[in-house]
Amino acid sequence: MLTTVAILVDGLVYASWLFIVAIGLTLIYGVMKILNVAHGSLYALGAYSAAWIIGIYFQSDLPPYGSFAVLILSAVVIGLIASLVIERGVLRLMYGRDEIVIVLATFAIFLILEDFVKLVWGVDPYFAYQPYGLLGRVRLFGLGFAIYDLALIGVAAVIGLLVWWGLNRTRIGKLLLAVIYDREISVAMGINVNLLFAGTFAVGAVLGALGGALTAPAISVSPGIGVEVIVLAFAVVVIGGLGSVPGVLIGALIVGICRAAAVHLLPEVELFIIYAVMSLVLALRPQGLFGRAAVRKI
Amino acid sequence: MAFAARCSAVMGSLATAAVLSASAICTPALAQDDTGPLRMGFVTFLSGGAAGPFGIPARNAAEMMIEAINAGEVPAPYNTPGIAGRQIEPVIIDEAGGATKQVAEFRNLVQRQNVDLVVGYISSGDCLAVPPVAEELQVLTVLFDCGTPRVFEEASYKYVFRTGAHAAMDNIAAARYLLDHMPDVKTVAGINQNYAWGQDSWADFTSVMKVLHPETEITTEQFPKIFAGQYGAEISALLVSGSDAVHSSLWGSDLEAFVLQGVARGLFDESQVVLTAGEPALPRLGRQIPDGVIVGARGPHGDLAPPSELNDWFRERFIAKYGDIPVYATYKAAQALLGVKAAYEKAAEAAGGFPTTDQVIAAFEHLEFVGPSGPVTMAIGNGHQAVQENAIGMTKYDEDLGRVTLTNITRYDQWCVNPPDGVSSVEWIKSGMPGAKCE
Repeated sequence: MLTTVAILVDGLVYASWLFIVAIGLTLIYGVMKILNVAHGSLYALGAYSAAWIIGIYFQSDLPPYGSFAVLILSAVVIGLIASLVIERGVLRLMYGRDEIVIVLATFAIFLILEDFVKLVWGVDPYFAYQPYGLLGRVRLFGLGFAIYDLALIGVAAVIGLLVWWGLNRTRIGKLLLAVIYDREISVAMGINVNLLFAGTFAVGAVLGALGGALTAPAISVSPGIGVEVIVLAFAVVVIGGLGSVPGVLIGALIVGICRAAAVHLLPEVELFIIYAVMSLVLALRPQGLFGRAAVRKI
Repeated sequence: MAFAARCSAVMGSLATAAVLSASAICTPALAQDDTGPLRMGFVTFLSGGAAGPFGIPARNAAEMMIEAINAGEVPAPYNTPGIAGRQIEPVIIDEAGGATKQVAEFRNLVQRQNVDLVVGYISSGDCLAVPPVAEELQVLTVLFDCGTPRVFEEASYKYVFRTGAHAAMDNIAAARYLLDHMPDVKTVAGINQNYAWGQDSWADFTSVMKVLHPETEITTEQFPKIFAGQYGAEISALLVSGSDAVHSSLWGSDLEAFVLQGVARGLFDESQVVLTAGEPALPRLGRQIPDGVIVGARGPHGDLAPPSELNDWFRERFIAKYGDIPVYATYKAAQALLGVKAAYEKAAEAAGGFPTTDQVIAAFEHLEFVGPSGPVTMAIGNGHQAVQENAIGMTKYDEDLGRVTLTNITRYDQWCVNPPDGVSSVEWIKSGMPGAKCE
């Protein structure tokens, strides 16, 4: 019983984290057809800037709960700045090129940003633990959980709802859906695709940075965290289907629960299980659970 | 010396007929090496996850020690300038990039940078890959930090030495300490990284527990990926297991993340946590790590070092220069440099002049010298592998010092926690550690 509860809660917490990290990646792919490898760097930038600013915040006498606002604000600011540089500075010049060329460009950006992070923040790890402990601990069936972790489930739900609402209930969302379905027709109908691209990339980048910022309080922020994340985020996105928002949700839940179950029941396969699930899904549905089978245009 | 090595490498690739003439060209040059600086390659992590906790502190200690050795400012018996009269000229390179890259970097150091000797290596993978190349190039190579006992247990080298004790003693001492302070421990769980370091540490620890305390039951074995950073599910599994003790050899940012998450969820209240490589994280964790956690420093280093003039000098100088508490990697770097100085000077005294590499090797084998953490003996691995005592302590936040210190320190004789010469540590542990000299 205790193990079942633990698997469910751990799985949900991990799935929420994966969802927050991966949704920006899938959004950018869905709209722009760009597999953004630099998403890992956006996560790292978010984590570093949050850890850095939280450190400064707690040296002042400001109310501790304000740190949550600072956390989110720092992610928005760094995400916007990074997206301006990456999208306006590099990717804008490559639209229309082969998808592979753009993937390579984002990989180059990823490598540059990894070194940029080291250049700015050095190699020593950063802590931003204060917000993590602030919310305290709760016991579920006798098992202690950090409320901060549980709150991530709520944050993921809010982000998911906002993205769904933005895509399906707003004018811009409908324009985006039009672009997702057919870019050429959308341009012909007078939609400013370049502006939508810039906006989508900015939202995706902010979500990536937010993932890092929300994770920073629970970890020791150190060089290389972006690499770990991008691999997991790709696995989730591929399981759900590239570009599909519901796909990310289901992909994150499957990976989260399977991993938690493995850790509790068969720890030896913990590393393997995520990729086993991914292989299984790809074997049965190569386009992912929610991916649309691509129509080949001749 | 470097020139000799370079020549031998060149000679190795030449036809036999050319060897004689090559050696004729090389031999006169040897005499010139006796003047001028002693070029020393120093290899440590300057980037990647191991740079913060180990690599950079070790680099800092090496730079400080080289400066002090060159100026003759290290306390006796090291108070003569340089190494056997020659100034050290360091060439510091980054250990990041994996074993294949390090082998290439080692060749570069010897063949392009013309170093006379190489001191370095934190990663066990590098420590297994580099020695065969050191033998081939005939360059004195001193491993300073890496832990795997396999270096000298599975091979034998002429040019390679390791001045730090190997990792078996970390877990032997940790298990002994746990049983000393918690004699009725029944259940033990582990969380270790899923690569050689984590798996070997856990295997050593559980083997020792089974020998010393056969009723020990292993509840759960967690092997998260290195640099996983998130341990939610693992911590739940440890909590569900309700184990009396939790063993972990996590290091660096993984360890720091585990402590933050484990403390927030009450793991440290419910189990006695044992962190075999926890010492470098203490200055950074500060109040985040609770009192009473069992912590090792891979030897009697840092706060576990016994007081001595050399230790006081080392600590004060390091803190004054860098503003940081010297953690175990700094002690091991200093220990390697002092071991090199001791070996060269012993050889120089016997030779009556600057020694050849062979003379240094003869002096280094079975050498006894003193480091900031006390006496070191090159006693096993045919005189190429150091042993020293080990010490384990418990965390306690010191309000006056404003940092975490280690208290309740227990010291274990070098022959209590190390196998005798010629015996593999795994076999020694499994056979019940015969001949262990523990008081």
